[in-house]
Amino acid sequence: MNESEIKTIIFQLLKQIAPDTEPSTLQPGDNIRDVLGIDSFDALQFLVALDEKLGIDIPEADYGKTATLERLMGYVRSKTP
Amino acid sequence: MIEFRMPSLGADMEDGTLREWKVKPGDTVKRGDIIADVETMKGIIEIEVFEEGTIEQLLVKEDEKVPVGKVMALIAPKAGTADIPPKTIPTEKPAELHPIEERPTPAPEHKHEGVRASPLAKRIAAENHLDLSSVHGTGDGGAITREDVEKALAERDIRLKSSTPETAAASAVSTETIRMAVAAAMSKSNREIPHYYLETSIDMSKAVAWLAEANRQRPVQKRLLPVVLLIKAVANALLEFPDLNAIWDNGLQRKNEINIGFVVSLRTGGLVVPAIHRANEKSLDEIMEVLNDLIPRARALKLRSSELSESTITLTNLGDGGADVVFGVIYPPQVAIVGFGGIMEQPVAINGMLDVRPVLRATLAGDHRATDGLTGGRFLTALKNKLQQPETL
Repeated sequence: MNESEIKTIIFQLLKQIAPDTEPSTLQPGDNIRDVLGIDSFDALQFLVALDEKLGIDIPEADYGKTATLERLMGYVRSKTP
Repeated sequence: MIEFRMPSLGADMEDGTLREWKVKPGDTVKRGDIIADVETMKGIIEIEVFEEGTIEQLLVKEDEKVPVGKVMALIAPKAGTADIPPKTIPTEKPAELHPIEERPTPAPEHKHEGVRASPLAKRIAAENHLDLSSVHGTGDGGAITREDVEKALAERDIRLKSSTPETAAASAVSTETIRMAVAAAMSKSNREIPHYYLETSIDMSKAVAWLAEANRQRPVQKRLLPVVLLIKAVANALLEFPDLNAIWDNGLQRKNEINIGFVVSLRTGGLVVPAIHRANEKSLDEIMEVLNDLIPRARALKLRSSELSESTITLTNLGDGGADVVFGVIYPPQVAIVGFGGIMEQPVAINGMLDVRPVLRATLAGDHRATDGLTGGRFLTALKNKLQQPETL
């Protein structure tokens, strides 16, 4: 899966979680939760959706590694073929 | 004959618009059945009935605005219950509309109870008014996934397009109407309730560690949020302080059930406060399941009447919003609101030594007509003790 595909999936899932936001405006270094105004419940739902879509179960200890768009993409890339 | 009246779903509600009858004359109903959809300032609410019998007559037409307390339907009581006097519904005291103590059978807690589905699937279903019981699950053990819901929605769209177009039953409730509902309730609170405020700081080291270990062993679908511990700790602490789990109506009236009103912020502004029924009797996993169902439906403004009218205390958690501490405004006719800020690392003095610990600042706003600061302070101490023994929750 290439970077563009990963980014598209992330944006789609974020849009489902927070329909009134515009994830495509996220900059690589943006903190996703802060910029989109996502609370802990929504954040957990996003991780569930990511697991359902890509089969990536991100352990709680790794949440900090997925805070920004750039880091999340890198994390997903490292876990997908 | 039982008179079914327009219920009040909060201190701010004066009327509601009947959008759809779910029953017709001749239908039999039992406790907990949804008999109508009513539009209020808090969205389309599913109205439950708390009597058993047969619908005799519907007295209100769909799309008619109905004042709180007006008779909407007549229900012939079930044989053997005819000697029970009809339940009368006061029009100005919403918390008494369906006195919890009188209800022998709790209503079903949520529409999707018993349906195995991921939180996201439930959320999308709620936002699109899709009944999950009609969806075939393809996930583990037959659990309904996001893809299953999306497929069901696509199929429904095709069906709707091929049938007679219908007017949108769930008309949009604007941000302004929600704002006005909050304004009415909070203004009433500020006018009538003499608040007192207390605060305590809670060392959350054990709770955070316990939760991390619990979640480490769980797949992402089963993980718990910290607020689940807070809800359960509040509920358990209230068992020792029943005067805080009560309403004020010409005096203190304790409630038998502990129904935590959980503040859910809406993305477009405003909030709704659905009830987590009998929270003290639920396990942490069960409370998380309730949140998975309740929060999406609250944000979709798709709640049941019992969820909006039966809270006995309110819990507001602004930790996600970056607040260190929150002092709440009591939702009348309740007599207390518990507030939580974020869990933050703080310097803490322990046995004369400084350490850095995750600390939570908890507050209680109490109605001084109902209780005094001493009661409130003891409650906060009990709450602190429970959160410092997370394994007992």
